[in-house]
Amino acid sequence: MARRSAPEVNAGSMADIAFLLLIFFLVTTTLEKDNGIARQLPPIDKSEIEPPKIKEKNLFIVLVNKNDQLLVNDSPMELEELRENAIDFLDNGGALSSSPEYCDYCKGNRSITSSDNPTKAVISVQNDRLTSYKMYISVQNELVAAYNFLRNRESQRLYGWDFTDVKKEIDAGTYLGNQSDAQDKLKEIQRLFPLKLSEAQPKKN
Amino acid sequence: MSKFTKKKSNELPPVSTASLPDIVFMLLFFFMVVTVMRDTELKVEQNLPKANQIEKLKKDRSVFIFAGKPSMQYKKNFGDEGRIQIGDKFTDVSNIGLALTEARGKLNPELQSKVVVALKVDDDTNTGLVTDIKEKLRELNMVKIIYITTSGDPLEQ
Repeated sequence: MARRSAPEVNAGSMADIAFLLLIFFLVTTTLEKDNGIARQLPPIDKSEIEPPKIKEKNLFIVLVNKNDQLLVNDSPMELEELRENAIDFLDNGGALSSSPEYCDYCKGNRSITSSDNPTKAVISVQNDRLTSYKMYISVQNELVAAYNFLRNRESQRLYGWDFTDVKKEIDAGTYLGNQSDAQDKLKEIQRLFPLKLSEAQPKKN
Repeated sequence: MSKFTKKKSNELPPVSTASLPDIVFMLLFFFMVVTVMRDTELKVEQNLPKANQIEKLKKDRSVFIFAGKPSMQYKKNFGDEGRIQIGDKFTDVSNIGLALTEARGKLNPELQSKVVVALKVDDDTNTGLVTDIKEKLRELNMVKIIYITTSGDPLEQ
């Protein structure tokens, strides 16, 4: 038999098929990008040791009620003012220059009624059980922002870079340069402004 | 003269669509590569709250807890209260331990001790539920947690 040349496959519908697949993948794709506020919970302490007493002036008490209203150190406050007030409190450095707790890197008002030293200052957040999660996250976010602001300022002064930027780069593995050295520097900043956020058990009812 | 006028009367040639399949295939391959099939079906509503002081989640060492109101089709059976979902099923606060240990078992053995619990909680939930979860996590000694949020300014909401 005579050899017939094979008829050419019609490729005109190729685009349609590809479109179909494309639309399927477009619809099922979820570009996942999970970001969030990291936190470490305190381990359960079974020992009977009395917790050390914290001076009242070293405490910044944030209460959130079930209507999402804030009460900070016994006075009502709007969420917008929280960050600034937290920064003022942490950065106060009220200890006298003669005392061992003197804070030489603080730039606050040095009021004697506010915190002695950032390493002594504790922020305590107390929620009602009916507080909305949205408000809870907003409060946490503002308080973390206050810490980040101070840490950035300190790392700018000491090393000339932002604490949060370098931390992000190290976490992502894109940090160029001496990583362990940078880690040590991050630790030093964290020592100067330790994150002391305490969360008390929320009130029942 | 007629030589020139003839040329002008020519219409524009149609755009060639021969390379269209190639372009579409390129897009197709891109989406095929980036697609991650969801391994869990969400049974609760998930409108995450906004925050801007955020860190990236390390996926390889995290287990997820979802919480929120049951979504539409589960409302009839599970009610309107905030619920916890781990893996594919609704879980009670008292059962979190078991479900989490199971989820942790699926991680890379070297990373199991560094496990981070990612809390994906609907912004309409009561904090009480989150507190219960956190209490349980403390008992289980899984103290590293991360509240998953979307990026944005919380002051605007």
